Amino acid sequence: MAALKEESIEKRPKVARLEAEGLRTSESISFWGTVWRRLFRRKSAVVGLWILAFLVLIALTADWIAPYDPVQVLIGVEPVKMRQKPCIHLLGCPEDQPQHIMGIDGNVRDQFSRILYGARLSLLVGLSTVTFAIIIGTFLGAIAGYLGGVVDNVIMRFMDVLLAFPSLLLAIAIVTILGPGLINALLAIAIVSIPTYARVTRATVLSVREMDFVEASRAMGGGWGYILFGRILPNSLTPLIVTGTLGIATAILDAAALSFLGLGAQPPTPEWGTMLGAERNQVFTAPHLVFFPGFAIMLTVLAFNLLGDGLRDALDPRLAQRGEE
Amino acid sequence: MTTYILRRLLTSIPVLLGILFVTFALARLIPGDPCRAILGEKATDVICDEFIRRHGLDKPIPTQFIIYVTEILHGDLGTSIRLGKPVTELLVERLPTTLELSLAAMIFSILIGIPLGIISAVRHNSAIDVGTMVLANVGVSMPVFWLGLMLAYIFALVLKGTPLQLPPSGRLSPGLMIPPFYDVWGWQLGKEGLIKSLFVFISQMNVINSLLIWRMDLLWDALKHLILPAVAVGTIPLAIIARMTRSSMLDVLGQDYVRAARAKGLPRGMVVIKHALRNALLPLVTIIGLSFGAFLGGAVLTETIFGLSGVGRIMYDSITARDYGVVQSFTVVIAVFFVILNLIVDISYTFLDPRVRLD
Repeated sequence: MAALKEESIEKRPKVARLEAEGLRTSESISFWGTVWRRLFRRKSAVVGLWILAFLVLIALTADWIAPYDPVQVLIGVEPVKMRQKPCIHLLGCPEDQPQHIMGIDGNVRDQFSRILYGARLSLLVGLSTVTFAIIIGTFLGAIAGYLGGVVDNVIMRFMDVLLAFPSLLLAIAIVTILGPGLINALLAIAIVSIPTYARVTRATVLSVREMDFVEASRAMGGGWGYILFGRILPNSLTPLIVTGTLGIATAILDAAALSFLGLGAQPPTPEWGTMLGAERNQVFTAPHLVFFPGFAIMLTVLAFNLLGDGLRDALDPRLAQRGEE
Repeated sequence: MTTYILRRLLTSIPVLLGILFVTFALARLIPGDPCRAILGEKATDVICDEFIRRHGLDKPIPTQFIIYVTEILHGDLGTSIRLGKPVTELLVERLPTTLELSLAAMIFSILIGIPLGIISAVRHNSAIDVGTMVLANVGVSMPVFWLGLMLAYIFALVLKGTPLQLPPSGRLSPGLMIPPFYDVWGWQLGKEGLIKSLFVFISQMNVINSLLIWRMDLLWDALKHLILPAVAVGTIPLAIIARMTRSSMLDVLGQDYVRAARAKGLPRGMVVIKHALRNALLPLVTIIGLSFGAFLGGAVLTETIFGLSGVGRIMYDSITARDYGVVQSFTVVIAVFFVILNLIVDISYTFLDPRVRLD
């Protein structure tokens, strides 16, 4: 090991000399280093990362940056009216009026504070449902792919059945039966997304399990649990990362749709879909109450979609061979 | 090819049975007494006993499943407690609206999505390409219900008084009615029967009906009411179709036979349309077929916004009224419809791509 290190240090001047002569050299860069570099080369992925960083920052600092408590009713606290239009001092709103940059909602609460707190909830919704679905889906897919035969058939046919339903409708049916509420909605969205992860994992496990290093582990006497979860799975993570990132976008969108239908988060929780659903009939009289929550959902989903697309391209070895388009 | 189609038909049977099993299991998961969950809290013991006996709820689970499947195969999808009507009747009443909306959305997304994708691919990395892809990304990220509300706000209120003003709700302007085409044609239909139901079904699709009776004023009115919901439902599939067309076209345009066609002097437009597009369209058939799920999901969220009384609207109303039976039956119907659609897509492949037949 030490000898190797010395050798690589010794080679450095040679690399520098070759570069000075205008010859191309390649220094070894780790796999993730390459992926990261390729990701940063894609403008859309960088935009996605920036939006996401911004949203995470808002979610983490909502307690400090939100001017009001998201569930505080402002009747008697401030001279504001129900569904009042946005008042921004910089844009000419009189100084004697309290500033509410996204207006006041139907229950006389500050819309801006509710949107800020909503970021926290949306990110949590996306991450938790996808984590749950990935854990169960990966487990099922890995077992199906590795063991094959009857186990594979039973698991995958069941996954086919779940995939046969349009996902939002199945989620609606599940929540209608479990009862409305954020946790039940999350559970329903997680259940309907399990088959996607099971399929992805199964496909990669099938290709990885025939590789030499797995054969070597088997020859050394590794048990199937160790080989599957210790050797094969860590090497099949890349497609899961891409599917998971794009899955967060879908989960956030579906959760918002369920909340909009009254099946997800219940009032007064500051959830974007719930906020939109509560004010949908006021779109002609108070459009700001519909515009901002929807725009926030779109921005969050867009961030994950851009990042997911970027990751897919960055992790795709074919694109790397084609000269990193 | 017949063997392929037969095999494909046979493999869908377990999936269909699985769908029935999942919806059956969901119904058994309803917390508490299934009778009162379905018939409502006010159901008396006598009614509940009768309900339990009729649906075989006192029998073992496998027997219950067989009863459930038999009922569905006989076209008995249960009854809506809220409306006191059989679900099948509701389906025939409401499906035309949803079907019309979904088809309009589909036509919109294909007519705009495919040309956008082609232009993006042909002018790869140009301003049009970048713009289209930015729009496509924004399009797939938009919640359909938000887009619907915003469209209603812009086209009904902001653009009020301009030629671009569009109605935000309903299927026809108040006071207008489209006479069924069979009445206008003077056809005498019996009281009951499949033919009559089919004719009623067709006549409830306003656009087709007004075309059949050739009333352009009514057709225009119906179309005007269809534009906003169709754009709302069709935007996400449009974005997906545009992206798929682009990547599929880019793949094909880089292939040797396209270069050969150009090299032998064929005009560029002809190569793009006749040689490249035909091959690039193949993966799109699957995408469009699968998008139908998105159309139906979108319909649930959009119909409530635009005041359309279709399947989506009744699903929404049933959810809020806890009319479990309707939600469950409609889920079955839509899932079965979805499976059949996928089957058609798969089979259409054998016609579109001869390689599938040889597989």
